Amino acid sequence: MKMTLPKITFWRAIFVVVLLFGAYATYLRFFHGLGASTNLSDNFPWGLWIGFDMLCGVMLAAGGFTLMAAVHVLNLKKYAPIGRPAVLTAFLGYLLVIGALLYDLGKPYNIWHPMIMWQPRSVMFEVGWCVMLYTTVLALEFAPIILERFHLEKPIRILHAISVPLIILGVVLSTLHQSSLGSLYLIVPGKLYPLWYTPMLPVLFFLSAIASGMGMTIFESTMSARHFDHALEAPLIRGLGRGMLVTLLIYGVVRFHDLISSGRIKYAFVQNYESTMFWVEVSLSIFIPVVLLLLPRVRENPISLYITSILMICGFVMNRMNVAMTGMERSAGVRYVPRWSEVVITLCIVGVGITIFTLATKYLPIFTHASAPQRVPERTVAATAQPVPELAR
Amino acid sequence: MSKGILYDATLCIGCLECERACAKENHLPYTETLEKQKRTNEYKFTYVAAHENEKYMRRMCMHCEDPACASVCPVGALEKTKLGPVVYDASKCMGCRYCMIGCPFGIPKYEWSKAIPTVKKCILCHERVEAGKQTACAEACPTGATLFGERSALLAEGRKRLQENPTNYVNHIYGEKEVGGTSVMMLSSVPFEQFDLKPFQPQPLPELTGRVLAKIPQIVSLSATMLGGIYWITNRREAVERVEKTRERSQKDEK
Repeated sequence: MKMTLPKITFWRAIFVVVLLFGAYATYLRFFHGLGASTNLSDNFPWGLWIGFDMLCGVMLAAGGFTLMAAVHVLNLKKYAPIGRPAVLTAFLGYLLVIGALLYDLGKPYNIWHPMIMWQPRSVMFEVGWCVMLYTTVLALEFAPIILERFHLEKPIRILHAISVPLIILGVVLSTLHQSSLGSLYLIVPGKLYPLWYTPMLPVLFFLSAIASGMGMTIFESTMSARHFDHALEAPLIRGLGRGMLVTLLIYGVVRFHDLISSGRIKYAFVQNYESTMFWVEVSLSIFIPVVLLLLPRVRENPISLYITSILMICGFVMNRMNVAMTGMERSAGVRYVPRWSEVVITLCIVGVGITIFTLATKYLPIFTHASAPQRVPERTVAATAQPVPELAR
Repeated sequence: MSKGILYDATLCIGCLECERACAKENHLPYTETLEKQKRTNEYKFTYVAAHENEKYMRRMCMHCEDPACASVCPVGALEKTKLGPVVYDASKCMGCRYCMIGCPFGIPKYEWSKAIPTVKKCILCHERVEAGKQTACAEACPTGATLFGERSALLAEGRKRLQENPTNYVNHIYGEKEVGGTSVMMLSSVPFEQFDLKPFQPQPLPELTGRVLAKIPQIVSLSATMLGGIYWITNRREAVERVEKTRERSQKDEK
């Protein structure tokens, strides 16, 4: 095989610059502390790293358990081809969340303490255990892909034998911690702004994670279809679009029923920073995607589905940031804007995620599995010149 | 039995002796800048806020009966002791700062400037209390505005004062019932909200998360059973087909 240097493209150059700044930010964080590397303070102890890297990271990785449940529990076997990229995203996502946590924790070397210092009254303790166990489950769900690449049959057979209980365990663990990330904020009724504080937080976090998981799967499948030569799985994407619509409708009903029945909806009509952020958030996450998905023209077209998914994901990312940041500002009496080093570390984590995902789809049998089982895993990736007809238009 | 503090703002003269004694006891610097700061931070665990007309209010960790900080801590670094103080073990702490988010009074503070930071807050001089002594601040108080003792005895004393001098006080012992009761309680002639002591429900905050956490065993057993059941039903059809096919084949073979 011929070794070639990677081409210098626009995005690669940007990524290298971000990595260099990231290295300096890392030095600041670990040698000069959180005060020198973040805009966090006694009044505002959780910022971008918790709001985005942690809450959004876990939410965006929800496609793994959603797809696994659909394919193996509900036996919707047609979704099997996109199960693998979803598991890869989830596994990568959780590893990156743990990586980000090492930046945010004041004493990262004590991250393992919940394993021996039990405190079952703490939501964080429960989230910690779930993330730890679920990352292990994801590693086992992902292992066959690597084993296949090296043609190791025996361990694959062992993993296959325990795959169903493993998948069910993964779905149970995900249900628990996806919702518990919302429960984290149940303890702050006096601090979180009423547009976001509700006893329903765990339910809302769980439902939005499922919708985002499906959205992310649509996003990835379309992105990879543009860059690799496998055909866009259009019927699957349409199916996911329908699933997304149903989940969004349920989420919207729960969200607004709760706001109206508790009377907290009145805060949405007060003219202030919070209500503006609220309306932008619910428009992006609920109203616009629901209206778009109700139109058959949008629902049937993979590209409009792709754009709709991006809008919805932005909406739910904003939801997490509103809970963690916007909604906590008024009670704290400060306006929190992340420092450059916080943003750069977050960008690094996203960049590392995209890079590993791209490399994995190149060198591991991620997109080849169930759609074309007869093919050899090591087919060339060079044939990207042929555009997919649906995308060419 | 549980110890506590009763602070009577009407007796306080704002001499800041409690602040000085606290700094000395906890080996904290006490500079002029720190003296002027009317908030707690990593170097200051208590302060006396001044209101107009020489009205004062002392602030410190309230040492809740069911503290939110201890309930949210994933490693049990914060703990409510039987004697009353809410204490902190830095060696357990992993630095998640959930205690700072959870505390309704905004008490736990962080060493933001250190590479290896810890949480800082009043620990009600728990070593002195264990040795049978009173807290440094109570010992230093020249007027008896900060009174240390059994929580139940302090409550009775507070009620007595409210009854004997109703015109002197707002008719409320702050900390008797707030967030389920606190070991540190206050009496004042100025409404408490003017000192940012918010009205809280008598329900301890950890119950809000506890209600959800209590459902976990149910969620786990129910969802695992349901998923297993759904799997069995949705996959049975295929299994049946497979068995039928092999049976047909073997019948053909027999013929």
